[in-house]
Amino acid sequence: MTIALSQFDEVRLDRVSRDFGALNALRDVSLTIRRGEFIALLGPSGCGKSTTLNCIAGLLPVTGGAIWLDKNRVDTLRPEERGFGMVFQNYALFPHLNVRQNIGFGLKMRGRPKAEIDRKVDEALNLVRLQGQENKLPGQLSGGQQQRVAIARAIVIEPPLVLMDEPLSNLDAKLRIEMRAEIRRIHNELGATTIYVTHDQDEALSLADRIVVLRDGVVRQVGAPKELYETPAHFDVADFMGFRNKLKGKVVAIEGDRTILDVEGARISGVARERVSVGSTGYAAIRSDDLEVGEAGPNAIAATVDTIEYRGREFVGTAHSAGGLDFVFRSHVSVEPGSRIHLRTEDKRILVFAEPVQGRQ
Amino acid sequence: MIRDTTLGARLWAAAVWTTVGFFVINLIAMIATVVTSSFATRWLGTWLPAGWTTRWYTSAWSEFQLWDVLIVTFQVIGAVVVISGVLGVTAAYALARREFRGKRLLVLLFLLPLMIPSMTFGIPLATVLYRTGLAGTFWGVVAANLVPTVPFVILVMIPFIEQIDPKVEAAARVFGANTFKLFLYVLLPLLLPGILAALLLVLVRTIAMFELTFLVAGPTSQTLVVALYYAVFAAGVRAVQSIDAMAVIYMVTTLIWLIIALRFVNPTQIVTRAKQPAH
Amino acid sequence: MDAVAHASAVEQGPNLRQRLAARGFDAVTLLVVPAAIFSLLLFVYPFAFGFVLSFEPKAGGDWLANYRRFFSDPFLYETIANTLWLAIPVTLVNLLLAVPIAFRVRLMRNQRLLTTILVLPITLGTVLVAEGLLNYLGPQGWFNRTLMTFGLISQPLKLVHNYWGVFASLVITGFPFTFLLTLSYVTGIDPALEQAAATLGASAWQRFRHVYLPLLMPGLAITFCLSFVQAFSVFPSAVLLGEPAGSTRVISIAAAQAAFEEYDYSMGSAIAMIMGLVQLGIVVAVLASRGLFYRGPASGAKG
Repeated sequence: MTIALSQFDEVRLDRVSRDFGALNALRDVSLTIRRGEFIALLGPSGCGKSTTLNCIAGLLPVTGGAIWLDKNRVDTLRPEERGFGMVFQNYALFPHLNVRQNIGFGLKMRGRPKAEIDRKVDEALNLVRLQGQENKLPGQLSGGQQQRVAIARAIVIEPPLVLMDEPLSNLDAKLRIEMRAEIRRIHNELGATTIYVTHDQDEALSLADRIVVLRDGVVRQVGAPKELYETPAHFDVADFMGFRNKLKGKVVAIEGDRTILDVEGARISGVARERVSVGSTGYAAIRSDDLEVGEAGPNAIAATVDTIEYRGREFVGTAHSAGGLDFVFRSHVSVEPGSRIHLRTEDKRILVFAEPVQGRQ
Repeated sequence: MIRDTTLGARLWAAAVWTTVGFFVINLIAMIATVVTSSFATRWLGTWLPAGWTTRWYTSAWSEFQLWDVLIVTFQVIGAVVVISGVLGVTAAYALARREFRGKRLLVLLFLLPLMIPSMTFGIPLATVLYRTGLAGTFWGVVAANLVPTVPFVILVMIPFIEQIDPKVEAAARVFGANTFKLFLYVLLPLLLPGILAALLLVLVRTIAMFELTFLVAGPTSQTLVVALYYAVFAAGVRAVQSIDAMAVIYMVTTLIWLIIALRFVNPTQIVTRAKQPAH
Repeated sequence: MDAVAHASAVEQGPNLRQRLAARGFDAVTLLVVPAAIFSLLLFVYPFAFGFVLSFEPKAGGDWLANYRRFFSDPFLYETIANTLWLAIPVTLVNLLLAVPIAFRVRLMRNQRLLTTILVLPITLGTVLVAEGLLNYLGPQGWFNRTLMTFGLISQPLKLVHNYWGVFASLVITGFPFTFLLTLSYVTGIDPALEQAAATLGASAWQRFRHVYLPLLMPGLAITFCLSFVQAFSVFPSAVLLGEPAGSTRVISIAAAQAAFEEYDYSMGSAIAMIMGLVQLGIVVAVLASRGLFYRGPASGAKG
């Protein structure tokens, strides 16, 4: 493999901000990306993840802070001077150029000799497994093939950094899983430093070395997938990581690393992830996978079953408590809608958070 | 959108805006000349007229019999708007909803009068109208003006009708609407914005439609724009200010309708003749 | 009995209404008929009539006499050159101005004010523009006065009753038309393509040259044709602002004079046909060159 990526040690965002008029799209985003890392920017739509990517690419000017490539400041450069590769959400393939010309575009703009362009484009075609398609126009390709062209076009210029903006969002579910594996494979083969924007936590968890969770233009948590999945630092991150049951209660006691909440009269004890004090409002977050039908007792709460669905190996149900809390739970046995049950889980599966601050801080 | 901030890019932008500014200033100055002159007592060899008066408006009004001309103008426009609306919308509905043999040929036929300038087909058309004795009459002028406006309405309305889901009509039928009720309660309310836009555009274009009216109009059937042409053509017979007063009356007539039209349509629509022919 | 009746109905086959419906003709399709008849009567028939009439010279002679007369009389055949000499430079100037301006205006947030100002001269029409320019560009007009005040010229430029008067009027009415068409094509190109080109290292000029221009060419060809056809049929301003007996004796003037001053409808029709043919020739030549360019949708993704 002769596609050799430029050598550098780190890309550093230093308190990067971006305002759209009065609105802060990004506030003081700081982040260091080491060579070869695969970073996912994860968050709901409007959280600033695409803005971050566009600022790094130079498509949007930053309004505060700086971006560094080792010792070189790059946020003052025009996009064409940065030399980063970018994969766009709608691919943005040039409709009038064939696959070969699309992939070779960046090299041509750099004025490379034709022989070199041909050789590198051939390698890129091999890498994304598009041999034999090189004379087709983008309009003649399937969505997955267009995606491969877009990736090849971005990496053939041997960029220090590859930026991907929700590259899989236009593909159907099956192809999305397939391309996810492809992106992983290409990353493993090339070791390209990659920043990958997505709103899909499965994609982020399966692809990234580290995940950056953004919300309202602010970094909420940075960590390895396992860390985020198991120990989200904030309530909204937990929400994003699949903690679908949120039990509002009052903190009644703190015993070592266990925090005990009173939720509608039931005592729920879990691990506090944020600082809470006795007497304040707290939230217990539990994954639906961890909430099971069980006996009354500690960490159990009474509920009435609303619906129950058969999912092959087990049942997934919804229920509500007398106080109006909604639950999603799983069960090995079918339970009748309308019946009274107790839902419970282990202490260590319960994360306790403080009351989230409403709106933008 | 990428905004370049280099010196070259700034100079280029400045040059482009200067050109736009130059154009707009000359355009406004040209219009202002006409307006100023129409209120001038005497205006020779100076920046501004020697004095101001409104008497040219009364003299233009009587000299050019503007009251009669305006009545004819609005009668012509009214007839053109109504007839092109009826013919155009019905035909557009058929073309938008049905596939049939010869449809492409028919669409091409409707496209041609918009692509060929009116001078080219106006001369043979006027010849035919003179032979049949229609030329010089009110209906001759209306007929000539309809040639480009009917296709215009058709081409504006086809995409508009196409974007209304035919299932809405099917649903109305299922719930018991007959053809008349379907038209009155379902289609008309849905089509009204499109029809309004199309007819306003027809109106604005017909006021300014010079060539066709010029070729077929007689002394009693000329519209304001043709009367203005003859007045300018015979300049020297009347005072310049009087002609300018007439030009201002023409401008005001046009601009009132343009302002009304712009509430419902985008300025670009006046130019782009609805849908461009397929590439 | 029922079975027999049913069988005979089948033997007769579908009735006329059903057969027409099978080919797509039903009551809804018939709605197109009035407009079609109208078009045949007032567009196709006059055109055909004029075409035939042009081969029946008023003064007698063989069927080509009108055309022979046109091409042997310099007062007539030179109108083609006069018209082209106006229409082609004006169209090129308008197009060359429209493209860079459209690229700027595309970035503007409030385009509506500018497009509204620009639509003014189109709506006001050629007669009013001619009347306005007659004063404005005249020897005592504000334009010459301004130039003299700034000391750019020592005596008034002659800008009316000659070629330049007509030229100016064609720019005033033609540029907004060309510009608004161009703008609609420019804004139809997905801006993500430009961003993609920029991240791949293309400079502003390279982005224009390799991405925008190829995608824009088909639209520019159509814009050129429509603008050219408008300029080619110039009539009122050539009479009012130009020298209708000299350098701006355009083909429309010749046609109108033949038909409505000499009452030679046959010759008038012949000139109208020649006018149509010249236009058609240029339009076909320009549109044929579009075959050299990409003509699909101008966005990156399909559908």
